Amino acid sequence: MTNHWVDIKNTDLVLIMGGNAAEAHPCGFKWVTEAMQHRKAKLIVVDPRFTRSASVADYYAPIRVGTDIAFLAGVINYLLSNNKIHAEYVKNYTNAAFLVNEKFGFDNGFFSGYNDEKRSYDRSTWTYQMGKDGFAMVDETLQNPHCVFQLMKKHYSRYTPEMVSKICGTSKESFVKICEMIGGTATPDRVMTIMYALGWTQHSVGSQNIRGMAMIQLLLGNMGRAGGGVNALRGHANVQGITDMCLYSEVLPGYLGAPTDADPTREVYLEKRTPKALRPNQMNFPQNFPKWHTSLMKAWYGNAAIKENDFGYDWLPKKDGAYDVLDIFERMYQGKINGFICQGFNPLAAIPNKRKLGIAFAKLKYLVIIDPLHTETGEFWKDFGEFNRVESEKIQTEVFRLPASCFAEETGSFTNSGRVLQWHVRAVEPPGEGKTDAEIMSSLFVRVRDLYKKDGGAVPEPILNLAWPYSNPSNPAPEEVAREFSGRALADVLDPKDKTKVLVKAGEQMPGFGLLQADGSTSCGNWLYCGSWSQAGNLMARRDLSDPSGLGYYQNWGYSWPANRRIMYNRAGADPSGKPWDASRKGVAWTGSAWAGFDVPDMRPDAAPDEHVGPFIMTPEGVARLFAVGLMAEGPFTEHYEPFETPLGVNLMCPTNPKAVSNPAARVLKGDMEVFGKAAEFPYAATTYRLTEHHHFWTKNSEANAIVQPAQFVEIGEDLAKEKGIANGQMIKVRSNRGEIKAVAVVTKRIRGLDCNGKKVHTVGIPIHWGFVGLAKSGYLSNTLTPYVGDANSQTPEFKAFLVNIEKA
Amino acid sequence: MDMNRRQFFRVCAAGMGGSSLAMMGFSPQAVLAQVRNFKLARATETRSTCPYCSVSCGVIMYTLGDNAKNNKASIIHIEGDPDHPVNRGTLCPKGAGLLDMIQSPNRVKYPEVREPGSKEWKRISWDEAYTRIARRMKEDRDRNFVAKNAAGLTVNRWNTTGFLASSAASNESGYLSVKVARGLGMVALDTQARI
Repeated sequence: MTNHWVDIKNTDLVLIMGGNAAEAHPCGFKWVTEAMQHRKAKLIVVDPRFTRSASVADYYAPIRVGTDIAFLAGVINYLLSNNKIHAEYVKNYTNAAFLVNEKFGFDNGFFSGYNDEKRSYDRSTWTYQMGKDGFAMVDETLQNPHCVFQLMKKHYSRYTPEMVSKICGTSKESFVKICEMIGGTATPDRVMTIMYALGWTQHSVGSQNIRGMAMIQLLLGNMGRAGGGVNALRGHANVQGITDMCLYSEVLPGYLGAPTDADPTREVYLEKRTPKALRPNQMNFPQNFPKWHTSLMKAWYGNAAIKENDFGYDWLPKKDGAYDVLDIFERMYQGKINGFICQGFNPLAAIPNKRKLGIAFAKLKYLVIIDPLHTETGEFWKDFGEFNRVESEKIQTEVFRLPASCFAEETGSFTNSGRVLQWHVRAVEPPGEGKTDAEIMSSLFVRVRDLYKKDGGAVPEPILNLAWPYSNPSNPAPEEVAREFSGRALADVLDPKDKTKVLVKAGEQMPGFGLLQADGSTSCGNWLYCGSWSQAGNLMARRDLSDPSGLGYYQNWGYSWPANRRIMYNRAGADPSGKPWDASRKGVAWTGSAWAGFDVPDMRPDAAPDEHVGPFIMTPEGVARLFAVGLMAEGPFTEHYEPFETPLGVNLMCPTNPKAVSNPAARVLKGDMEVFGKAAEFPYAATTYRLTEHHHFWTKNSEANAIVQPAQFVEIGEDLAKEKGIANGQMIKVRSNRGEIKAVAVVTKRIRGLDCNGKKVHTVGIPIHWGFVGLAKSGYLSNTLTPYVGDANSQTPEFKAFLVNIEKA
Repeated sequence: MDMNRRQFFRVCAAGMGGSSLAMMGFSPQAVLAQVRNFKLARATETRSTCPYCSVSCGVIMYTLGDNAKNNKASIIHIEGDPDHPVNRGTLCPKGAGLLDMIQSPNRVKYPEVREPGSKEWKRISWDEAYTRIARRMKEDRDRNFVAKNAAGLTVNRWNTTGFLASSAASNESGYLSVKVARGLGMVALDTQARI
């Protein structure tokens, strides 16, 4: 979230789309209720199903699965055409005025630079025009036909209400009504917030769904404002923390781009990731990248990382391609992965195409399960009849299952969806011989390292040099680890303006990332978390409930990254002169000599307004990008593409371009394109979803939750049920091109067939929570049905829009 | 009679002395019936964070156990933490069922191995588990580690063992996991954040 949970109470309008906060985040949803009760805020829900969020909304509109980009593009068109934008904000805080390369273009489904064979773009035309001064050129009048603003108007003019209605199945009247409500927050005194989740991310165009909303919020001037923002509702207690710690292949902790085969030296590596400012006077905060990277290497390699060996640069592995889950399991399927450690994750249940995953696991030599509970993945080798048909004697995988602790048995911090780090304390020991994940991973490491010390082997240096300074190497204390990732000074850190002044003494915890150094004198395992354990102690454990502003900042409860800032980009909450747009919802303001207020300013404290330092300090331009330059795989503006399994078979935005029906830049593995289901055989759109009573495949092990939702079902609308002669409660088969499940049909009014360009599209809703392990009734893993394709930028699988057929069982 | 939660607990914990009813101002006569002690009054309260969705509700876990050496504490009740600014004491059905997850009969209790081709689990010791796994990892890394790529560039990568990290483990645990994984040269790592 750019904002945070309690801040939602400060809004005037909530849009819940691509998410279902009342059911999936019930206790956070209370802040929507607060806003509606006390501020008379309105709630709009746009969803393929009439969810519980919709049931308490002021306005609900249905939408066909996978068409959110078209809907949002229609909103952008409405806002631009009706001048429902916050003009001063857009002009000063976005790249609306920037001039774009004249060779950039868009035609019939493709942006300029498409390479058909590679299924990817040459993005060299998606750039700014550069001036002789080395800065990007701008047109303050916003009239130049090549400025972002005019290009946007042109691009989005194609998303008329008629077009939106044809693609999305939403009535024109509903769509326009929603646009009007959204447009009402363009004035400085009204803000809107968006709450979204997997309904937007789990698509082959997921990243662009979110881009669309970010653009809308920028046009309305809602970023950096109390009650505004783009609020991702994440799905696990610490998925945010694990994301920030970057346990995935593209990045190192703190979102530092991981080194690749294209980065032969540290110099090249740093240069590519350390941008130069694109406009004068901008903070261009990523210019500090070398400080963050050096500090990380000092945390990981300690005294072994020195200037002379490039701070151990070569010890970290370089990436030679993709290694996301879809890629990893594809490799495993091809027999290229020998071993797998699966910690607190149940991929047989959670990854698309269960049949493929089952075959993949059987090719492993060894599998290590680290989990507090029994999982399907741990027992992929066991026959469970129709739910998991295997011949155990043919599966040679050696499987270890290690008992891990759960949250109640562990001390440490979690980071919530609102970026707040909160410390929790162990209440009991794990049952039996269970150990914490930290102890298990550390013990394994120490064992492997000892083998290398004793016997040597392939390139032991990175292992032997990895700093492991913990009081008990096999079981580091969480406090030691937290202090390491928060960071400390290794030598005195001096004031650059006065070298006699020591800002941080050697050995002291760092107060914040602003003082991290590139010369090896500071150590910090994750620059974003720098300051969470300062000289004052564990700020994550703070429980101070004071809220002087009444806006719910709770500045001293836990620690919010970055720098305990609660609302990101909060300088944009004030006008160019430094005066808050809305005095009743102040964040920070210019006092005459400094930025100050209820929140930690997201701005250099002494940056006077007349210096024109932009609020979006993480971009080299200093302003937010309505035009995303070359940073997105499929285009710098959003564009509708059908899900890979499309009920229409055509992209109505470019019906004469068969190569642009679905995302032309999404990665489709060899052999997968041909096996996407076609509407002729699988006529119904399908989507997976979650129930309030269950959390993924986890809570079927909890008796109370298994009791309240014991058995698998799929949800279909009354009109589809009537067509197929299916009665409520009847057992049905649901088939996709990957496989088949059986479940009880629940027939409801909540899903209606939608008229999309004259074609009736029905949707089948598939809750995911069952499997062949647990206390609930055994069920089929829902990912038996889902397609093995992901978003072009994030590779998040397209769980939310595919095709099925149904019939009585 | 107005009192907050903590006062209520104290009153209930008073037990025999004067009965709680008397302390609350009722019944000036001695009451002989023993008021049953409020169970939670004897428990240890631990503040934690619900492990399920990312609202990260504050929870209070109540444990009983006198911390004697042979007495293992166990959780008897979990409820929402009313002091927590986000959830304000509420829990959803998932959080409300936490005790049943923590005490699920499906908790993995002991290290086990399923030998190749076998139809069942076999209990082993931690030492055996660590020894065998470490050996497997080292063998795979020694055999498949790529020190230099075809162009002669130092890449130091090990991509034949993969790792999926837990999103319900702490930041400290995650940090150690990524440090270990990267330190060993792994590139095939991912997390629930992806999906």
